Amino acid sequence: MLKKTVLNSAHRALNARMVDFGGWDMPVNYGSQIEEHHAVRMDCGMFDVSHMCPVDLVGADCRPFLSRLVANDVAKLTVSGKALYSAMLNEAGGVIDDLIIYFLTDTRFRIVVNAGTAEKDLAWMLAKAAEWKMDVTITQRRDGESTNGGALGIIAVQGPNARAKVWQVLPQAKAATEGLKAFFAAEVDQYFIASTGYTGEDGYEIMLPASEAESLWNKLKDAGVAPCGLGARDTLRLEAGMNLYGQDMDETVSPLDAGLSWTVAMKDDRDFVGKSALTAAGQQQQFLGLILLDKGVLRGHQKVITAQGVGEITSGSFSPTLQQSIALARLPLGVAIGDEVQVDIRGKLLKAKVTKPVFARNGKAVI
Amino acid sequence: MSNVPSNLKYAASHEWVLKNADGSVTIGITDHAQEALGDLVFVELPEVGAHYAADKEIAVVESVKAAADVYAPIAGTVTEVNQAAADAPESVNSDAYAAWLFKMTPDNLADVDALLDAAAYQAVADAA
Repeated sequence: MLKKTVLNSAHRALNARMVDFGGWDMPVNYGSQIEEHHAVRMDCGMFDVSHMCPVDLVGADCRPFLSRLVANDVAKLTVSGKALYSAMLNEAGGVIDDLIIYFLTDTRFRIVVNAGTAEKDLAWMLAKAAEWKMDVTITQRRDGESTNGGALGIIAVQGPNARAKVWQVLPQAKAATEGLKAFFAAEVDQYFIASTGYTGEDGYEIMLPASEAESLWNKLKDAGVAPCGLGARDTLRLEAGMNLYGQDMDETVSPLDAGLSWTVAMKDDRDFVGKSALTAAGQQQQFLGLILLDKGVLRGHQKVITAQGVGEITSGSFSPTLQQSIALARLPLGVAIGDEVQVDIRGKLLKAKVTKPVFARNGKAVI
Repeated sequence: MSNVPSNLKYAASHEWVLKNADGSVTIGITDHAQEALGDLVFVELPEVGAHYAADKEIAVVESVKAAADVYAPIAGTVTEVNQAAADAPESVNSDAYAAWLFKMTPDNLADVDALLDAAAYQAVADAA
């Protein structure tokens, strides 16, 4: 039995093509994935991401708890509303999940974790809070689970016109959100509005009571916001060079080998789970981009043959913005941007060029 | 609902087959297949002159989402490929029955008659 978000019937009413996405019945597209992709790069699109799980932390020990729990340093969160992207590691330095932490007050934080990892994440957080004897109450807020009446839906509105469309539909939110820089959140009545996203475009991720999600979805749709499926979400995040948990990294992969060094705060004395393993192992591989020079499509798990040894594609697809196939890959140390390498696609060796791991953002190619 | 023309024969692996007057057959993927794959971005065609056994992988169609093998619905030799479909994969999305992929000369023309008819293929597509 697949789990359903509170917007499931809205997707079906729009004739979405539904797929089993990690146990959730989710829309992959509403007709054309490529058109939805372009809508987000050029105008405005919206995604139901209510399968992702908000987790609220309340208590005197929020900061010391998060300081030990995640690889990035919550000491960077000094202004209320600021968000921080981080990996949560196991003792071996592998990635349990990647998540966003929102700082509200010193005794109240919100974390949003991935859909497929939510249960193990919660179990891990609860175990660590108990082990470290932290004064922190951990409550998940995902609809359909036990949330004590606090179930939330999440709608991501993304694209150059996203802010204007959101203000058109939620005029009461404009004053509190128009000054939001990237990676901040504001609370307006029952809405939690964050200037975060997974597309490389401006926009908001809006958390709200699950019972009100369908009404907001329909108002946004009436305002001309294009419903977009998880297919477009994947090509958008791939072009933007954003990691996908389970493909680009998992519990067996170090964040240092997955392009996440910028999120790991190693330098000071702070200890966190996985730090000693990362220090001991160091960086073993580098996370870079590929553009296919021959015709074909790069996909996850294809082997990459370089002068320095063999690497592997972790995510690949066709880029609607570049009109070429692109990929993210873990490659041997020593491979340089601009190198020409070969990718084994069904036994044929095709030519690809090594690039920075970011291809398009803010409506245009950056490669 | 996908379109299943009654003048064609079908393989359960979602290829359509049209018998031509000269004894050759024209082959493509079904409307149901293109719809399930989503926007196509790459088509890899077989080589003219190559011989394939029935059910052998003969071509590849890739959408933004995934790669899918196309299987030879019958045993035979490739006589012609539709380069226009490879140059514009989206044409398969627009009309899967106009944008054929390749033509074959069957080893046994009777093999074509043994393929699924429209009603039988519709049942396969409905169950997928």
